[in-house]
Amino acid sequence: MASPETPVTPPPVVLAARGLTRQYPGVRALDGVDLTLRAGEIHALLGENGAGKSTLINLLTGAQPRNGGTITVDGVEIDPDGPGGAVRAGIAAVYQEITLLPNLSVAQNLYLGREPTRWGLVHRARMNRDGAALLRRFGLTIDASRPLSDFSTAVQQLIAIARAVDLSAKVLILDEPTASLDTAEVQTLFTLLRTLRDQGLAIVFVTHFLDQVYALTDRITVLRNGRLVGERLTAELPRLELVAMMLGKAPTAESHLGRRPATAAPSGTPLVRAQGLGRRRLVGAFDAELHAGAVLGAAGLLGSGRTETALLLFGVETADQGELIVDGKTVTLRSPRDAIRLGFGFCPEDRKLDGIVAGLSIRENIVLALQAKRGWWRRLPPARQRELADHYIKLLDIRTPDAEKPIQLLSGGNQQKALLARWLATDPRLLILDEPTRGIDVGAHAEIVRLLEDLRDRGMALYVISSEIEEVAAYSDRVLVMRDRAPAGLLEGDTITPAAIVNAIAADHQTKGAA
Amino acid sequence: MSAVIQRLKAARPQLALLALALLVNVFVAPGFLDLRMQDGRLFGGLIDILNRGAPVMLLAVGMAPVIATRGIDLSVGVIMAIAGAVAAAGVNAGLAWPLAILAALATGLVCGLWNGLLVAVFRLQPIVATLILMVAGRGVAQLITEGRILTFTEPHLIAVAGGTLAALPLPVVLALLAAGLTGLLVRATALGLFVEAVGTNPRSSRLAGVHTGLVLGAVYVWSGLMAALAGLIATADIKGADANNAGLWLELDAILAVVIGGTSLYGGRFSIGRSVLGALVLQAMRTAILRAGLPPELNLVLMALVVAAVLTQQSPAFQPLAARLMARLKNKEARV
Amino acid sequence: MDMKTLPRRRTLSRRILGIGAAVFLGGLAAGCDSGDKKGLTVGFSQIGSESGWRAAETKLARQGAEQRGITLKFSDAQQRQENQIKAVRSFIAQGVDAILLAPVVSSGWDEVLGEAKAANIPVILLDRQIDTPNVDLYLTAVTSDTIEEGRVAGRWLAGKVQGRDCRIVEIQGTVGASLVANRKKGFEEAIATAPNLHLVRTQSGEFTRAKGKEVMEGFLKAEAPGSICAVYAHNDDMMIGAIQAIKEAGLKPGTDILTVSIDGVPDIFKAMADGDANATVELAPDMAPRAYDILLAYRKDHAPPPKWVQTPSKLYEPDTAAAEYARRKDLY
Repeated sequence: MASPETPVTPPPVVLAARGLTRQYPGVRALDGVDLTLRAGEIHALLGENGAGKSTLINLLTGAQPRNGGTITVDGVEIDPDGPGGAVRAGIAAVYQEITLLPNLSVAQNLYLGREPTRWGLVHRARMNRDGAALLRRFGLTIDASRPLSDFSTAVQQLIAIARAVDLSAKVLILDEPTASLDTAEVQTLFTLLRTLRDQGLAIVFVTHFLDQVYALTDRITVLRNGRLVGERLTAELPRLELVAMMLGKAPTAESHLGRRPATAAPSGTPLVRAQGLGRRRLVGAFDAELHAGAVLGAAGLLGSGRTETALLLFGVETADQGELIVDGKTVTLRSPRDAIRLGFGFCPEDRKLDGIVAGLSIRENIVLALQAKRGWWRRLPPARQRELADHYIKLLDIRTPDAEKPIQLLSGGNQQKALLARWLATDPRLLILDEPTRGIDVGAHAEIVRLLEDLRDRGMALYVISSEIEEVAAYSDRVLVMRDRAPAGLLEGDTITPAAIVNAIAADHQTKGAA
Repeated sequence: MSAVIQRLKAARPQLALLALALLVNVFVAPGFLDLRMQDGRLFGGLIDILNRGAPVMLLAVGMAPVIATRGIDLSVGVIMAIAGAVAAAGVNAGLAWPLAILAALATGLVCGLWNGLLVAVFRLQPIVATLILMVAGRGVAQLITEGRILTFTEPHLIAVAGGTLAALPLPVVLALLAAGLTGLLVRATALGLFVEAVGTNPRSSRLAGVHTGLVLGAVYVWSGLMAALAGLIATADIKGADANNAGLWLELDAILAVVIGGTSLYGGRFSIGRSVLGALVLQAMRTAILRAGLPPELNLVLMALVVAAVLTQQSPAFQPLAARLMARLKNKEARV
Repeated sequence: MDMKTLPRRRTLSRRILGIGAAVFLGGLAAGCDSGDKKGLTVGFSQIGSESGWRAAETKLARQGAEQRGITLKFSDAQQRQENQIKAVRSFIAQGVDAILLAPVVSSGWDEVLGEAKAANIPVILLDRQIDTPNVDLYLTAVTSDTIEEGRVAGRWLAGKVQGRDCRIVEIQGTVGASLVANRKKGFEEAIATAPNLHLVRTQSGEFTRAKGKEVMEGFLKAEAPGSICAVYAHNDDMMIGAIQAIKEAGLKPGTDILTVSIDGVPDIFKAMADGDANATVELAPDMAPRAYDILLAYRKDHAPPPKWVQTPSKLYEPDTAAAEYARRKDLY
């Protein structure tokens, strides 16, 4: 880890953001966040989904307007009113999905919008020459006149970085740059980033690979739920403490949610048993048992494979290894319809993209899964649809004047309840919930937890994926911990404590076997 | 009963447009609204519009669910040509007329199945998937007719366009029946809900257990069937299968009719009834232009102007503007 | 000048289809036998086979070649100029004695015709002219006179109604085509001399039966009952549509309303034989045989033919219709 020699005076601050705030209707995506970047450092920006990382980047690059706060670069306050403004101030960003144009040449991409000209026309030869020279400085010896699409993702990434740095950047923001690179490519990228750092660039590095954070970065800023949790030197922050900061849980503190009296871990024949279930490039083989009237919790950081376990259990993705046994019989799930036929239900993590059907009414959203289960020919009579919708609106206390309002008008918590209603209407035996309480206000949060406990007590099997460690510890009978797209441990009975979960998540590779 | 009133209310913009277009017709040709009974068949300007508008009405009935799934079917005009060619070649080859008609409808189903397969199974973008048939299909129709206009004298096949049922021209009856049947099919079953769900959010729909592939396939098959019926009418109308010209550009009329009917090209909510009204608005405008006696050079320009005006008036950006304008006018009135 | 093809907007489909087909057909043409003893070899680049008239032109080109002992190398361009240019180049490479070209568009021929000229191969244009500053590039053009076609139709009508007042409606072809402008112009010239002839309505039927019918329906509704005396259509197909509209309005075409149209397709002869139509001006499809004769004469005495050879615009009436129909029905 190339921490620069201890400087006598701290390196100068390049960028200082103070009290950045971004308000969406009903949600404060970013709430008074500070970020300090110093010359010649690589600064990790960490946090779970919804922590506010993307929003923070968007405010720095001017992609979104601020509702409050200041940004200074080299002591001068700037107003990045649009991407051009940020670039002029020396802030450049490279995103996970490369935003270059694959059909243009490498040189054209490098100089897009600022092509060297001669007699008013693009000076192609010079552009190719300059481009090749620029890339050589980044350790790339390639023909800049070839189309960008000829090159691998890794090379394209380097070209994107070269373009960003060449735009006279003082601050380089990299949003998940390693997500689609292999190990060797990651090393190449890291070498380049270290060189750039040593040249005095301030680099923001967003990732969810903690190993990479420790391998590369000098300093860490952690966000959670739109707020700043803290800024620390990487060398002085143990991994356990970092995970605790990200998940909002001090590893030693006791849960304030009383754990229910320790019942024996459920025994007998499970309703659903996954044995070595997995899919190449998606998630490694994992085991899980789901019992009627019991909760299996799943914990892990973003990208740990926790969501992917649900995708396999619900047939969204088809497993290519292991076995899934339901009611004692081996089954293969090829689509969600197969899972629904077995009595499964699934509330996905991204409510907007995968959950609600915006534009349709609350009633239609609630009856959709039941109607799909019945088939297109056996339509639920309108009266029955209204009855069902009204029943669940009342039962789950969905706040709406009536069932015919478009669902997108509901708040996040009420949308989540409507999605729960969609599945409850199908009378499921197993309900899979991915982050059921994310982005929901405190009141609705508690309601949903109570509801889940109620369903469990009425004999439903639940599989709950959550980054709310305390909640998971409070209501789970077993907890599956995922790390690096593979299972990292299974906690049972009294061993389920928030501290134990955080420990299992944070355990690094050396101690993996012991987890 | 209240459901009917609600539907009429929802169709207010389309009904207003149709009334306006009919008014222009009355202005151009007084006596346009007169209806008279002769030999057990109604005659009059309104009947003419229904009769001439029948093919596009049918296409719009098939196109509306397709567009509601965020798709488009560019091949319907060509399917008309192929189905017409099959029917004409069939009766000329000595096939009994019911079989020839069935063969034509089956051809439409097969064409629709092909489109549906490309969209639902092979995941081609609908515009590309249906473009394939749009481009290749005329060639297929020409192969059947050998490049000629294949005329026929089979009276039953001719009656598809020339016949009378319940005092109305048969094309009108067929179009209204098809619209009614389609409406029933989508609203009395859960298909309508599935179509709208898949068109709005295919991912959520799939996760909720909707068989998205089946829904997508079904709408293209239905669209193909409607197009084949429209092709039969167009072919029977001129007593000949004109592979080069039958249904030429009518896919665009159908899309326009559906859009005028209030269905967004981004998918979601749709209405068969309003799409039919959209088709009638187009036909009423066309009739007015044809009968106004203006130089034919103005046909397309006038049509384009009217369509631009209609669609602008429907655009979300225009409505607040119009509201402000109305408010200002009212204020002025109040002051005066 | 084939009116069914000129201004069509549907060419997209044929274009895309055409790429493959033309390559295929081009290969066929190239592979054709040239094993004759001493006769001429002529290459013919045809536009396509989009209409009955076009098919008849092709058929007559083949028959005419056979009768004269000419070996014909035929290439169908599927409505694409590139294919025609390719075909002409292939003909040059094969060393044909002459080339017939039915040009799909009027411009862009200078280069390839220059190549033919350099190779000393005479080119004869069929049924359409081209725009070029250098008329030496081709030997002659065999086409009809489209203005004259309109005049013939107009003169016939003037003669038919004598001094009676006659309100005429016109169904034009697709707006914007020069052919349409010419047929309109010729007809108007001819009726201008007769003050009793009035052109009261004109509307585009886009050269199709379906539109011809719809436009005629509109005319019948818009004009006072019984006030239309004659209908002039720019092609026979639109007239056949119009005849149906007249019948459906309870009138007798050919009697209550006179008809005159242009083209001479078999169906209009059938309509005349049935008493439903009065006259058609033939656009002769035997362009290629005429070109062969010009070519043979030129090779014999080396006297250059005139730059424009007009085919006759002959008018046919019901008296010969049945015979003409029988003669044509297998040709189209």
